[in-house]
Amino acid sequence: MTFAGIAFWAFAISTVTFGLLVILARNPVHSVLCLITTFISVAGLFVLMGAEYLAFLLIIVYVGAVAVLFLFVVMMLDVDFAELKSGFAEYLPYGVIVGVVLLVNIGLVVAAWQLPTDPQLAQPYLTGAEMTANLEGPNNAEALGMVLYTDYIHYFQIAGMVLLVAMIGAIILTFRERKGIKKQNPGDQAARKREDAVEVVSVQTGKGI
Amino acid sequence: MQLGDNISFAFPEIWLAISAMALLMIGVFIDSKYHRFISFGAIFSIFVALFLVNFGTASENASLFNGAFVTDGFGQFSKSVIYVAAIFAIILSDRFMERERLARFEYPVLILLSVLGMSLMVASTDLISVYMGIELQSLALYILATFNRDSRRSTEAGLKYFVLGALSSGLMLYGMSLIYGFTGATTFEAIAAGADEANRIGLIFGMVFLISGLSFKVSAAPFHMWTPDVYEGSPTPVTAFFAAAPKFAAMAIFARVLVEAFPAATDALSDWQQVIVLVSILSMVVGAFSAIAQKNIKRLMAYSSIGHMGYALMGLAAGTSQGISSVLVYMTIYLIMTIGTFACILMMRRPEGMAENISDLSGLSQTRPGLAIMFSALMFSLAGIPIFLGFFAKLYVFMAAVNAGLFVLVVVGALSSVIATYYYLRVVKIIWMDEPAPEFERDAGPGVKGVAILSTVLIVAGIVVIMPFLNIAAEAAAATLF
Repeated sequence: MTFAGIAFWAFAISTVTFGLLVILARNPVHSVLCLITTFISVAGLFVLMGAEYLAFLLIIVYVGAVAVLFLFVVMMLDVDFAELKSGFAEYLPYGVIVGVVLLVNIGLVVAAWQLPTDPQLAQPYLTGAEMTANLEGPNNAEALGMVLYTDYIHYFQIAGMVLLVAMIGAIILTFRERKGIKKQNPGDQAARKREDAVEVVSVQTGKGI
Repeated sequence: MQLGDNISFAFPEIWLAISAMALLMIGVFIDSKYHRFISFGAIFSIFVALFLVNFGTASENASLFNGAFVTDGFGQFSKSVIYVAAIFAIILSDRFMERERLARFEYPVLILLSVLGMSLMVASTDLISVYMGIELQSLALYILATFNRDSRRSTEAGLKYFVLGALSSGLMLYGMSLIYGFTGATTFEAIAAGADEANRIGLIFGMVFLISGLSFKVSAAPFHMWTPDVYEGSPTPVTAFFAAAPKFAAMAIFARVLVEAFPAATDALSDWQQVIVLVSILSMVVGAFSAIAQKNIKRLMAYSSIGHMGYALMGLAAGTSQGISSVLVYMTIYLIMTIGTFACILMMRRPEGMAENISDLSGLSQTRPGLAIMFSALMFSLAGIPIFLGFFAKLYVFMAAVNAGLFVLVVVGALSSVIATYYYLRVVKIIWMDEPAPEFERDAGPGVKGVAILSTVLIVAGIVVIMPFLNIAAEAAAATLF
């Protein structure tokens, strides 16, 4: 087994293990930490498949922003988990029914799934030689850049509008203009002249003002 | 095709996007007492978009951005109806938002952005652009539902809508990824071409998830749970908007996805037909039975909309050109009725606040005879009683379903229609026969009154005024899908 093969199995096993721990851990903080580990393992799998841009994106966006946000929410919010679990037995039958239906469905799809017969295609990672060959062509970021603003300009623009809506929403729902607080106004400060603030008074000796 | 050529076909959407951003900037910088003008600006820009869709380059047939966006008769019809519904929604909000101290310039801007999302959605022939369009319009709608952020009910409505909407988007994306995985394509044309016996099960699996997600967006049973709470909690003009334009847009893309990506030619019709028949039957039954016990008029309208979506899906289940045309006719007429009803609901106001209970309507015929007549006419029309426009809507979908041989569906539809008539007529009975409740205020404003009168006139005189024209337009629009 090559180095790439060993790395693949290591990352694959850690992805599945920590993925399971996310839903099995009793302490929500541990769940989030396992989630972060899962993301990092998946990033490793992406690198092995030659998708290095996606791997970095996963680390930066999911580990760097989303998971840390989760961690803050979990640690800051005082959620009573015992109370959340109290309805578990009551809803269990419905959950089991939905779960079984989904499981049967997924089973049907897996049964219809045809693996490629070519062993080269079936291999879920790139060998060392293939990776070296990959370096010759444009890298991931370049390849994305070539299509993102040409073939996919339509989606790119809609994504921009979606982000604009998200921004407007965040401002509408949380921003409150508070009255009666002392706010700094740099414009006023800069426009202030010496005459507005300081008065030079020549005081005669012995008289006072 | 060069990018410049593409752009001229997408002028209505580009215009909407630019005007939304411009109005946003103007709104930020002008004094709050001029914020009404942002509403006028939004209405004006939707009017311009309506003109561009029907009389510009955008009215020609074309497929752009590698099949992500098309302009055709179907899209043109849907966009026109959506734009008109959005204009009415902005008109309805005028006085209400001021009285409830919600008048903020972001409201028309968000409506514009969600209209942009719907416009992109009904014009897309690619799974990715379908999803992006749906997200753009839904995100704006989640914010609109929460617009009254100091009210518990409104924030609850927004949060419920957001969480369940995200879940349904997840289901839909999962379905889309399976469809992509089994056919190797995201454009509808290529999906239809890539379907064969070998990948049939996987494709059906993906399609069912896609249908689930879209059923959520049109609030068809069993994905209707969010509808009553969101309708009740959101500010009433927002509910009026929810009930009209987004429903039409979701139904239009529903029809386009199923007909274009899973056409009868590939034997996929029988696969999705049975799912749609089931969803349609469930929606009609849930709509008919759950509405009986409702005390709040907005919740009643929510269940009524679930039922009506069931009837519209009946036309879709037929899967023929006639069926799709009947869906378009049904949705357009439903839109007229629902906007009229919400205009009447907006007039239910007492000095202490908005009245939302059905019992508040009692004896309306003695205190406000004009409003009582309009309300009753709208209820008769929603029930589908002949002469009124609602009857013809039902007639067309029933005809389409009979021609497609879906007799069980037609029988269930007829029975649930009878049951639904009970709760519509109960409202009429409360209005005309019960002891009068305190009178409503008379300051709803010219916009709301005008919309109520216009839609009442349309549903009463519709058979001569709009039916002949609407029918031809819908048939022409539906024919472009086949």
